[in-house]
Amino acid sequence: MSYFSNIFNGIKTLLTGMSITGKYFLNSRKGAITQQYPDNRDTLKMFDRFRGEVIMPHDENNEHACTGCQKCEIACPNGTIEIIWDRGIDEYTGKNKKKIDKFVYHLSMCTMCGLCIDVCPTDAIKWGQNFENSVYDRTALTRVLNKPGSKLRPGVED
Amino acid sequence: MQESATLNNSFKSEEYFINMGPQHPATHGVLRLLLTIDGEIIKKVEPDLGYIHRSIEKMCERDSYQQIVHLTDRMDYLSSHINNEAVCLTVENALELEIPDRVKVIRTIIGELTRIASHCLWWGVMGMDVGALTTYFYGFRDREMINDIFEETCGARLTMNYNVPGGLMWDIHPNFIKRVKDFVAHFKTKIPEYNKLLTGNIIFQKRTKGVGVLSKEDAISFGVSGPVARGSGYSCDVRKYHPYSALDKVTFNEVLEADGDTFARYNVRIRELWESLSIIEQLIDNIPDGEHRVKTNAVIKLPKGEFYQKVETARGELGVYIISTGTKNPYRMKFRSPGFSNLSALNHMAVGGKIGDLVATMATLDLVIPDIDR
Repeated sequence: MSYFSNIFNGIKTLLTGMSITGKYFLNSRKGAITQQYPDNRDTLKMFDRFRGEVIMPHDENNEHACTGCQKCEIACPNGTIEIIWDRGIDEYTGKNKKKIDKFVYHLSMCTMCGLCIDVCPTDAIKWGQNFENSVYDRTALTRVLNKPGSKLRPGVED
Repeated sequence: MQESATLNNSFKSEEYFINMGPQHPATHGVLRLLLTIDGEIIKKVEPDLGYIHRSIEKMCERDSYQQIVHLTDRMDYLSSHINNEAVCLTVENALELEIPDRVKVIRTIIGELTRIASHCLWWGVMGMDVGALTTYFYGFRDREMINDIFEETCGARLTMNYNVPGGLMWDIHPNFIKRVKDFVAHFKTKIPEYNKLLTGNIIFQKRTKGVGVLSKEDAISFGVSGPVARGSGYSCDVRKYHPYSALDKVTFNEVLEADGDTFARYNVRIRELWESLSIIEQLIDNIPDGEHRVKTNAVIKLPKGEFYQKVETARGELGVYIISTGTKNPYRMKFRSPGFSNLSALNHMAVGGKIGDLVATMATLDLVIPDIDR
């Protein structure tokens, strides 16, 4: 007798489980969480704080806010940021000041810890939303963040 | 007479070795198990570690205390927030920093969300290990909601690095509270589904009940912790015995199961989901106002001495031990990771069982290999 009740109970538990999957099978469109990723690029928006890559925003006069204080370079655990700097006369104040020549960012070494952006005193670097970083050659992942010919925004002091 | 003896000998099985891993789906990473097998009966299991060793403890000696935090993301990546919290608590205790209540409450909420996310993933993978592929998708569906919460507030989905010594990197996102409440309401309807789908399933019960038994005495002597120890009836929840952050303000039950088999450990984790939800519900409406971060020096120097702090991750007790000589780097950093101790009990649990039972036992140990190797 217990032989048959075992079979019956076994089938019952299987049907209970299948009722769940059956429910989702019939309502599959309502609960779908998958995205049609490469096709939805136009509408895909990442969250504001999403850590894609480090970027340096420039304004319309091709000016940035990086004073070359190198705090980000010291804060970085992996040597991702490399600042090549120089000294020069600041055309607004007339003082001999440190200025960046190249802000080199090795994306291939970056662990997205966010310490550089956290320590930046002038908010010169920010998180960018781009996450499509697959390239054929890893040298393409080494970027110079300050645009050619750009200079420090007047009035920015660290 | 002699003829029949030779006949018997020729049918006698011999012990032999077989490699499980390092690239085996059931080992959940690069863990190599050297199995000594007689037929299909396991005689001995020897874990071979080191395939994903990154010398995190040594790298900590090079890094400043702010930089150490992001390395701990990469140990137990499924409870990265709790790992970060452990390091931050150690540094803050050493500096005798007064942490605002707001930080403590947010840390606890995110920590419990991390635990739920980890258990969701484990539940999906557990089902898959014993042959039920459906659970994998359902577990990931619910984990996805938590990952979205993390992505909005912390900026990353897995390796968040949201804690810094002294508080949190940013304040919570304005949508955080609403999203967490939505998730709690959503997930409360899903746990009964988990039970219907897998817990009650006759095949699953036959595969797990009475398999991989670990008695309470053995659990204590192997030093296992977390859900594995609690499945053997050993009460060891760090959140209960040494409450940290805001855990002393909430009431929750420590989940204990007496049987010590695979099914008991499974049940502990499923019931822990309810406890985590209850902790989140108690805290989410009363996040106190205040600062999200205390100012620390740009270069943190710990006073000379030894500091230890333990927390309860999704896998068990994580201990962080810092020896400082008063400089900006630790002299020695040691992590007591839960996975390593839990793995040590595997041989004891698996001997005498079949290979299929070993997979089921390993699934409930919830091994994360980077946590074991560090």
